[in-house]
Amino acid sequence: MAAAQALLGVVLVAYPLGVLAALAVRGAAGRGLAAAGALAGALAGLALGAVCLGAGLAPTLTASFLPLTGFMLRIDGLSAFFLIVIGVVGAAVAVYGFGYSAAYDGRYSLRMLGAMLNVLLLSLSVQVIADNALTFLIAWEAMSLSAYFMVLTEHDQPGTVRAARWYIGVTHAGFAALVAMFLLMSGGDLTTSFASMRSASLSPGVRDAAFVLGLFGFSAKAGVVPLHVWLPMAHPVAPSYVSALMSGVVIKMGVYGLLRVTIDLLGEGPAWWGGLVLGLGTVSALLGVLYALMEHDLKRLLAFHSVENIGIIFIGIGAGLIFQNFGLSALAALGVTAGLYHTINHACFKGLLFLGAGSVLHAVGTRNMEAMGGLIKRMPRTALFFLVGACAISALPPLNGFVSEWLVFQALLGGSAIPQPEVAVIMPIAVAMLALTSGLAAACFVKAFGITFLAIPRSPEAARAHEVPRSMQISMAALALACVGLGLAPSFVVRALGRVLSSLDRFAPTEVTFTLGLPLRVPGAVGEMSSPLLALGLLLLLGLVPLGLWLGGADRRLRIGDTWGCGRIGQTARMEYTATAFAEPLRRVFAELYRPTRDLSIDFHPASKYFVQSIEYRSEIHPWFERVLYAPMLRALRVVATWTRRLQGGSLHLYLAYMTFALLVLLMVARWWR
Amino acid sequence: MIGYVLEVAQAALALLLAPGVVGLVRWMKARLQNRRGAPVWQPYWELVKLFQKEVIVSSNASWLFRAAPFVVFTSAVAVTFLVPILAVPLPFDGIGDLLVVVYLLLLGTFFLSLAGLDPGSPFGGMGASREMTVAALAEPTVALAIFALALGAGSTNLGQIVARTLTDPGTALSPGHLLAFGALFIVTLAETGRLPIDNPATHLELTMIHEAMVLEYSGRYLALIEWAAAVKLLIFFSLLGNLFVPLGISMALTPATLAIAVVSLLVKFVVLAGAVAILETRIAKLRLFRVPELLSVSFVLALLAVTSSFLLR
Repeated sequence: MAAAQALLGVVLVAYPLGVLAALAVRGAAGRGLAAAGALAGALAGLALGAVCLGAGLAPTLTASFLPLTGFMLRIDGLSAFFLIVIGVVGAAVAVYGFGYSAAYDGRYSLRMLGAMLNVLLLSLSVQVIADNALTFLIAWEAMSLSAYFMVLTEHDQPGTVRAARWYIGVTHAGFAALVAMFLLMSGGDLTTSFASMRSASLSPGVRDAAFVLGLFGFSAKAGVVPLHVWLPMAHPVAPSYVSALMSGVVIKMGVYGLLRVTIDLLGEGPAWWGGLVLGLGTVSALLGVLYALMEHDLKRLLAFHSVENIGIIFIGIGAGLIFQNFGLSALAALGVTAGLYHTINHACFKGLLFLGAGSVLHAVGTRNMEAMGGLIKRMPRTALFFLVGACAISALPPLNGFVSEWLVFQALLGGSAIPQPEVAVIMPIAVAMLALTSGLAAACFVKAFGITFLAIPRSPEAARAHEVPRSMQISMAALALACVGLGLAPSFVVRALGRVLSSLDRFAPTEVTFTLGLPLRVPGAVGEMSSPLLALGLLLLLGLVPLGLWLGGADRRLRIGDTWGCGRIGQTARMEYTATAFAEPLRRVFAELYRPTRDLSIDFHPASKYFVQSIEYRSEIHPWFERVLYAPMLRALRVVATWTRRLQGGSLHLYLAYMTFALLVLLMVARWWR
Repeated sequence: MIGYVLEVAQAALALLLAPGVVGLVRWMKARLQNRRGAPVWQPYWELVKLFQKEVIVSSNASWLFRAAPFVVFTSAVAVTFLVPILAVPLPFDGIGDLLVVVYLLLLGTFFLSLAGLDPGSPFGGMGASREMTVAALAEPTVALAIFALALGAGSTNLGQIVARTLTDPGTALSPGHLLAFGALFIVTLAETGRLPIDNPATHLELTMIHEAMVLEYSGRYLALIEWAAAVKLLIFFSLLGNLFVPLGISMALTPATLAIAVVSLLVKFVVLAGAVAILETRIAKLRLFRVPELLSVSFVLALLAVTSSFLLR
């Protein structure tokens, strides 16, 4: 307990010190101090989460020592889990950022970047331990704004300002919904503690309204389709370690909020709550990966994969909520456990992949995959770490992505226990969509890794690429290790997640019977799997095969030659398959969704049309959501804004009149209200 | 103890039989086409020959190209420990269920596709792109077929699915099982690169899928990949034969029942190889962009399988 208090103190002090140091000290020293503050805070947060979960005490810590009235903090299992997520990615990002932001020296404001990193991490940490709506909302807004400023770092690059505007627009629409939700749940007083919200008895209509508002607000932050539009714009233009933090942690706050509100504050809801979450998750997962396949901007591709993985997390949580409604508590715990497991897994591998993409960007200077290639020889360590991340996100055994997807599958397979066939039949459809998603994700990461790192460099910049500084490598290595570790110790992680769930009073998973040991058996014995033994077996076989070849007397000669090119001598990068070509079959298969436009213009030689001088091919994908959903909304907004502008005449007298008038009206309303 | 011995024996048997199964399909196909055909054991000689040849690696290729054959082979061999070939239940049943099997095979496909891209040859890239497309589109069918089987057995555990069908043979003829069989048969053709999705005997690079991807491989690396492909065919045949028609599988682990299991396994392989050979003789290769239609058919079959398992439970 004392240790937890001390660690909380470190978290609450280290970040502000980091902010001050970043603002006060210039140059490399300031960069280092900001990183040190962030690292200390993140590690303390990680330790705090681990101590609280390890102690297994629910509510472990209630902080009352804060001088400011209105702020309330409390750590339970869910907070502790998310503190760990923030800590793991935050620590890696802090170290990586130290090396990465060196390139910004003299170009962009390092002081602002360092300070905002600390503000972001502090607001994230406070948010997950907030115990009333006011604290939560202030931290939420601080998180949104600090992320906004960090997205704006490279403000002179094309597209950055526009992306930041989209981000802040969507996130504030969500914020408004969250304020409304908390006002509904707390009866108008935002300083009411979460404990009294839990015990408040709300009418079903109010509960439903609060749920829908919350789902909207949290989905806007999480990047769930159709509120995902900001994500593929904002994540690529931010500095890469900020992208890692945003994709790995910031969007997870949508997951945290959804869980906090549904399974903790509101308690059990009708089945359609879960159904809605499951449906949104399925659509996000599939559309996220389908749009990712068509991307050739490495960071945009990763951003779309965040949409996909948030979808997978939502599938798990949605299934859990449905099961809870039908009283299947073991399956409900399985679904939510799968969602939480995927949350920390995604934080690790997506953080890793964004850091890897940042290293590539650092070395090659472009995000366009068509200008890369051959980096595995020039940046071998980055390539290896990126490969680990790519395997993990493609759900390849025995890494962590596979374990959590396996759990999601098992939860969905348990759907046959639902007594109502019309509800149960949703589950196989979700299974099929999830399977398609993971297959497409594997295809996408063959593309992402293959085109970026393998074969011949497609540009002189790629040919001149070099390995990144040590600090960046260390962060990637740490996250890669986390991916492996989370994959190899599923029973350990599931046990910890069981503690998370049992600390929530209104979620009744105490009777959950995961059989934990080397094999992981899910409740009801639907399936059984042991990733550590699987990994051991694979390693053993991987060693035995070369041994067998050697004992069997296989030839050991090896000659280096040219790639076969139908007899043509001399291979150039222009003969390679491109990312566009790689994704072409799937673009044709899903043409109905993509609605690709094609422009083909061929320049013939005047003498004969058998001599082609140049070919220009241009193809674009119809951005459906932007045009159909958001364009009318933005047009309407513009009309309203033009109309409102008339109020603003520029005359001080007029403004004074407005104020007086508004004050009078408010006073009258207040009087009448009483 | 006998269980562990049997696990190893089962994997060894799979490795030994696999090239023979490929040879059997080829031989039957030749006979059906009025050719004399190469003998059934021809693939063994091909493997022996390849193992004795020098390897040529492209100068553009990285370590991944040289590691991939081992990963592909390992993932295929690992699966042979997990699928029911001769007997159930076996000690390794708890290590991986049907989902693990599917994702282990995807692991091999993933690395083989990366290796296809590595030498920078356009053919390799083409093959990799097509292979991943087909693999991704086949995935939902596999998942649904698993769901249909798991519904019946109450588990995704392979041993339990087999045991359940053995104790209640009537389920083998339930519509859910039959439809799932049809779906999984189409997936088998897609995943193992058979007609009408891919032509294993083609000599035109532009129509290839699997062969294009491994075009740069030679010597022992090619041998490992070819052997792994044969093991993969055997795995899918075993799944088709033993999950849906588990007759003959040994549950008692006595020498007599094991002998019956071996014989019935061989019979199943001959029947399935015959079915593939007849199919490959009767139909032509589909255009690449018609393949998704065939896979949609298998998807619908699998969805019907799940629905009927639900309703008839």
